[in-house]
Amino acid sequence: MGLAKRIIPCLDVDRGRVVKGVKFVEIRDAGDPVEIARRYDQEGADEITFLDITASSDDRETMVHVVEQVASEVFIPLTVGGGIRTLDDVRRMLNAGADKVSINTAAIARPEFVREAAERFGNQCIVVAIDAKAVHTEGESLRWEIFTHGGRRPTGIDAIEWARRMADYGAGEILLTSMDRDGTKRGFDLELTRAISEAVSIPVIASGGVGTLDHLADGVLLGKADAVLAASIFHFAEYTIEQAKRHMQARGIEVRL
Amino acid sequence: MASIAIIDYGMGNLRSVAKALEQVAPQARVFVTQNCHDILHADRVVFPGQGSIRDCMRELARWDLIEVVQDAARSKPFLGLCLGPQALLDFSEENGGVECLKVLPGRVIWFSELHDPVSGERLKVPHMGWNQVHQVRSHPLWAGIAQDSRFYFVHSYYLQPADEALVAGCTRYGFDFASAIARDNLFAVQFHPEKSAQAGLRLLANFAAWRP
Repeated sequence: MGLAKRIIPCLDVDRGRVVKGVKFVEIRDAGDPVEIARRYDQEGADEITFLDITASSDDRETMVHVVEQVASEVFIPLTVGGGIRTLDDVRRMLNAGADKVSINTAAIARPEFVREAAERFGNQCIVVAIDAKAVHTEGESLRWEIFTHGGRRPTGIDAIEWARRMADYGAGEILLTSMDRDGTKRGFDLELTRAISEAVSIPVIASGGVGTLDHLADGVLLGKADAVLAASIFHFAEYTIEQAKRHMQARGIEVRL
Repeated sequence: MASIAIIDYGMGNLRSVAKALEQVAPQARVFVTQNCHDILHADRVVFPGQGSIRDCMRELARWDLIEVVQDAARSKPFLGLCLGPQALLDFSEENGGVECLKVLPGRVIWFSELHDPVSGERLKVPHMGWNQVHQVRSHPLWAGIAQDSRFYFVHSYYLQPADEALVAGCTRYGFDFASAIARDNLFAVQFHPEKSAQAGLRLLANFAAWRP
């Protein structure tokens, strides 16, 4: 009896089309964000996250239309990330029907942006995305640093300090991706997830590395995540969201079924 | 044609609320408005809200909507959502203390340091995600919604009505708080029915058909 741990499928969208080939049976158009979002809603997704990977800013407006279409038909929370740099970007996505926006690079470039966005639109709709990587220095204990540009560029910022600072600035939630694990299917970086989750009082979404249903449950039970995000295991129909939830429930986690 | 006015006073996006109502009440005219005349003449009124209570009260005053909301809340089917029900009480602790609309007696309190009474684990604030709503009494807006169904929440302050008889639903997050309050023609929920999948849509459909 209480708050359920959330499962959040994440979709990459390029110029209005879902990429990385979602493979559902009986889906007419595997690139249609509306059709895929509707399917995830039916399977019991607790939220859906769209990551706009459109390279050209000219095509960014397309994402606004995608959000409008999805939000007209799918009545669960929607988060949009990718290319959110100004208060006007935030406003446009919220007006289109997004419930939250996820801010990453723009927060690193100018941390005050997070404070301004939270003050203007409310903490509840500001997610700060953190891409972290373990750094090993001889004679030092394990720590994690923030990386940008898909994990290629170090910033020198300590991930735990950064998470605390972003929470202080008014972030309502943290989306934490381990760049060491992203795409590996070896499971979340549980030490990192737990360290961040225990360092802040706001919810933390674990991301990066899910390959099995046990990985999702581990993220909650061992990583202390409040929600788990995954892409490929759901897209390629390896597992449905309902299967994932039943598995988590069997391991003693409270879920919405 | 029956009309449902969604009050727009610049606090949060109302598109999802409108789309959800259009979906469950296709025969109704759903419109988003800050016009006093339109609100007073609508058959039903939805009072949503997101953000901080200080901004909420300031914007209501700026749009000259305070008396209109108080009047509608006492005279016609009226649904408060999220920050809406908080604004309907007497006073909120948020922003150092803000006097509210005083339609219903009670206060709005910060969650502060919360711990799970069983595991002892610290609970995160905001209370964000899908939690169960226990229907403490029957009500037309609960029709067809299973007891203890889950709805989507996101808030850091909770309702503390002064009169226990106002509570229509409660939710557990470290302790039990009022997640739905009701009196006569008024029903107000702390969660977001427009983001709560089938259970939420059913509640909105019930509201569109409600004859208090």
